[in-house]
Amino acid sequence: MKVRILVRPKSGILDPQGEAVRRALPALGFGGVSSVHVGRLVEMEVESAGEVEGMCRRLLANPTIEEYEWEVIS
Amino acid sequence: MKIGIIVFPGSNCDRDALYAVERAGAEAIELWHADADLKSVDAVVVPGGFSYGDYLRPGAIARFSKVMGPLEAFAKEGGPVLGICNGLQVLTEAHLLPGALLRNTHMRFVCTRVRTRVEIRGTPWSSLFTVGEEITLPVAHNEGNYFADERTLQELEYEGRVVLRYLDNPNGSLNDIAGICNEERNVVGLMPHPERVSDPILGSDAGLKVFESVLSFAVATL
Amino acid sequence: MSIQETYTALGLSDFEYDRILELMGRAPNYLELSLFSVMWSEHCGYKNSRPLLRRFPNEGARVLQGPGENAGVVEVGDGWALVFKMESHNHPSAVEPYEGAATGIGGIIRDVLAMGARPVALLDSLRFGPLEDERNRYLFREVVRGIGGYGNAIGVPTVGGEVEFVPAYSGNPLVNAMCVGLVRVDDLVRARAVGEGNLVVLFGAKTGRDGIHGATFASDELTEESEEKRPNVQVGDPFAGKMLVECSLSMLERDLLVSLQDLGAAGITSSASEMAAKGGVGIEIDAAFVPVRESGMEPWQIVISESQERMLAILEPEKVGEVLKVAERFELAAAVVGRVTGHGDLRVLYEGEVVGTVPARYLADAPLYEREVVSPAYLEGNRKFDIERVPRPEDYSSVLRAMLAHPNLCSRRPVYEQYDHEVGTDTVIPPGADAAGMRIKGTSLGFAATTDCRGRHCYLDPEGGGAAAVAEAYRNLSCVGAEPVALTDCLNFGSPEKADAYYQLASCIEGMAEACKTLGTPVVSGNVSLYNETEKGAVYPTPAVGMVGVFEDVGRHATPGIKREGDAVVLVGDFRPFLGGSDYLEIVYGRIAGAPPAPDLASEKEVSDAVRRAIAAGVLDTAHDLSGGGLAVALSEMALSSEAGIGAEVLLLPGARQDVALFGEAGGCILLAVPEERLGELKEHLGSAPHSRIGRTGGERLKVGGLIEAGLDELREAYEQDLFEPHAPEGGHLA
Repeated sequence: MKVRILVRPKSGILDPQGEAVRRALPALGFGGVSSVHVGRLVEMEVESAGEVEGMCRRLLANPTIEEYEWEVIS
Repeated sequence: MKIGIIVFPGSNCDRDALYAVERAGAEAIELWHADADLKSVDAVVVPGGFSYGDYLRPGAIARFSKVMGPLEAFAKEGGPVLGICNGLQVLTEAHLLPGALLRNTHMRFVCTRVRTRVEIRGTPWSSLFTVGEEITLPVAHNEGNYFADERTLQELEYEGRVVLRYLDNPNGSLNDIAGICNEERNVVGLMPHPERVSDPILGSDAGLKVFESVLSFAVATL
Repeated sequence: MSIQETYTALGLSDFEYDRILELMGRAPNYLELSLFSVMWSEHCGYKNSRPLLRRFPNEGARVLQGPGENAGVVEVGDGWALVFKMESHNHPSAVEPYEGAATGIGGIIRDVLAMGARPVALLDSLRFGPLEDERNRYLFREVVRGIGGYGNAIGVPTVGGEVEFVPAYSGNPLVNAMCVGLVRVDDLVRARAVGEGNLVVLFGAKTGRDGIHGATFASDELTEESEEKRPNVQVGDPFAGKMLVECSLSMLERDLLVSLQDLGAAGITSSASEMAAKGGVGIEIDAAFVPVRESGMEPWQIVISESQERMLAILEPEKVGEVLKVAERFELAAAVVGRVTGHGDLRVLYEGEVVGTVPARYLADAPLYEREVVSPAYLEGNRKFDIERVPRPEDYSSVLRAMLAHPNLCSRRPVYEQYDHEVGTDTVIPPGADAAGMRIKGTSLGFAATTDCRGRHCYLDPEGGGAAAVAEAYRNLSCVGAEPVALTDCLNFGSPEKADAYYQLASCIEGMAEACKTLGTPVVSGNVSLYNETEKGAVYPTPAVGMVGVFEDVGRHATPGIKREGDAVVLVGDFRPFLGGSDYLEIVYGRIAGAPPAPDLASEKEVSDAVRRAIAAGVLDTAHDLSGGGLAVALSEMALSSEAGIGAEVLLLPGARQDVALFGEAGGCILLAVPEERLGELKEHLGSAPHSRIGRTGGERLKVGGLIEAGLDELREAYEQDLFEPHAPEGGHLA
């Protein structure tokens, strides 16, 4: 089955990438953007979804600075 | 004295660390990541570079190498461990040190020399410095911006566990933190590279004292 | 598609196809046609340039290897040799700048590695259109990020280079990467396949569909359709690159390999056919054994794929086990993919069935084209230049500030601080000086390297500009105290099928060759990049020179920064400044006209050699040559790079108009700063080289001839621009 995991910076953490993107958008003519956060997408083919939680906690996300969510997509 | 230098796939400052260790007067031993063997060394350096290409997060994959099990045991028993740059990143991912390293606030790789101040003497790697001693050190990193939550920061400051502080902050690190140690003070992590100023021909050998400190520490604890 | 449509789409002309028919004695199949298409492209075959390149001198006392191998090699001393080469990655960088630059770095590192050397230094020579244009800002930013992204991760310090912003490069940026490696003379490896029965092993990253027909792409002009070719641009993996470096060196250390070749343009095809042709043998490759990362790849795709981070090795059968073990230790894919045969063909099989076969020597022997050299009409028009029509400025100090703030003259710190220039603990002279300086551990030896070329000069006077590029590199190396030894080059020009560009190519080469002979710096390797043009026109002729020099004692070197108060400032050289074709004329008046006089090569040699002698004798530690912006800018650079923040006060030498004396350019001139008490010794080493004492160092201001007076702080504000911030136009020219 296919699993999709989203990892994003914890709210409140400084997100320099998000900041850089937010500052760049007006220069390209895109207004009205008030907040941007840049994270990571991981997609995997797994046999069972039982171990995904453990994978997220131990490797795919750093709990000090990131939070994650995941879902089975097929 | 034997100092081990861990080599991960992608480490690229290991040979520099080897060079500095030998200039300080110790024997440098290469510790291959895939061997769970610290070869009876007296201290360990986790060097800089791009272990596993910095893929996923810097140090995120290297922390699971076979050599890390023995390293964690060694650290628990009070063995001196020094993480430099990527080495510090590996140690935070492995939870041997608190906090994390984020992207530099200005979003660029930065390679320059910065003024720093040694805040404490009470670690094996800073014992030969005086408190408040200023030292100019090279930095070279993309993710050197030190972060820890409010409580952890307060702990670090209150317990005097900030080892090195930037006088010219090159990356936005909270509290200008350039180096920290664990509660037992045997594990130290520095973002700047002392091994790059270990020879006058490179402009300065002020960094040699970091490696000489651990040598004198070994002598003192025999 | 008809046969003609097929081979035309592959980049072959009617003439070339007929020649193939003649050589083969039959029609080639698609795989064989693809082999010719890549091997006979300009990028691999040097069809238009090889006859001209013969003009270069290739030999010298220290030369161990000239052109013809993966890189050139010169002896340093103590059994050490330097391996170096420069390569272009212009077309890929125009379409996908980060990866184009990154894979350029990866490729040049592998060229040096293939000779058995550990890569120890990188330099890059870059050209973009003006920064007012957002596209050019994007290309510049991403190319610098790509060079840093790859070089920093693979752990080779980027220690030097140059960057220029000129309209002629809009739409066709130039990205030239140079790598220097270190090897023991006894451990040098060459890329010839020998030994019938020896095996061919491919190791490194797995093979995918990257860059299929990239070699042909590099030889085309850039059009809007080029944007859609993006999927064909290769993506680099510096982590795999680092593992490849350590793996290769480990195999060589254990004496496991007969020869080694990296895979670049045209992948397995070019490597195998070059190795075969050089060794006079044949090679058989079974594409089914190549480790692949994509499914359903056809044999022709497998053998011309340009997937990065792969090497081809020839080894004796009994060494296979160990070689595969070493590759495994470094977590790289490795497989025996073929063998060396006696039949002289490059033969491609798939699961044992022959799917294509071409005699290797035909692939390595592209047809050569010599064209008529016709002097272009534009040259005459541009030479008309009347200095009386150039007004004199009112406020020279404010002109100096405008010059120092210009993107072509301001500080390059924002660029080189994105490059790790210290990894390796060998960098003795970091970026910011006239050349980079590296030490060789365990000896007192060292080497220096620089890249130089001024496109405008080459445009206005191709022959003179070519000679000047070589002379400037010679001078820069001498200013840090290194003895120039040999050079590599990247010849970036427009389409050779157009008369102007062909003339420029032939003339620049002529000028360079003359300078190489007079200055004693042979060409030991190089690269040609033609067809650098868009619908709007061609780039300036840009023969980038990458020169290397040797320090007998690297502890004795010089840098530009003023170090002490009260030093005497001395100008060495025959100071005859001119405005024609100068940075001053273009920056202040927006004019590109007139031509700099042809370089006086004998004088260049005399002056550079004299300065170098003084540095080697330990008498001199502060030197800087005059270049763009002339005397005033050179002196400013010395004050601004002074760690102690020391300025200077100098007189103007008489004989020229004030603006010409301040900002005019002059070849073969070097500024020195030396303690008063050592002035006598300095003069002894300078010998008959013309020199005048023009002032002294001191204070926190810069004073030139009573015409310029400025505080270092205000000059620094102008000079330390952040090149990556959107560039606001200077408010028009002063005139």
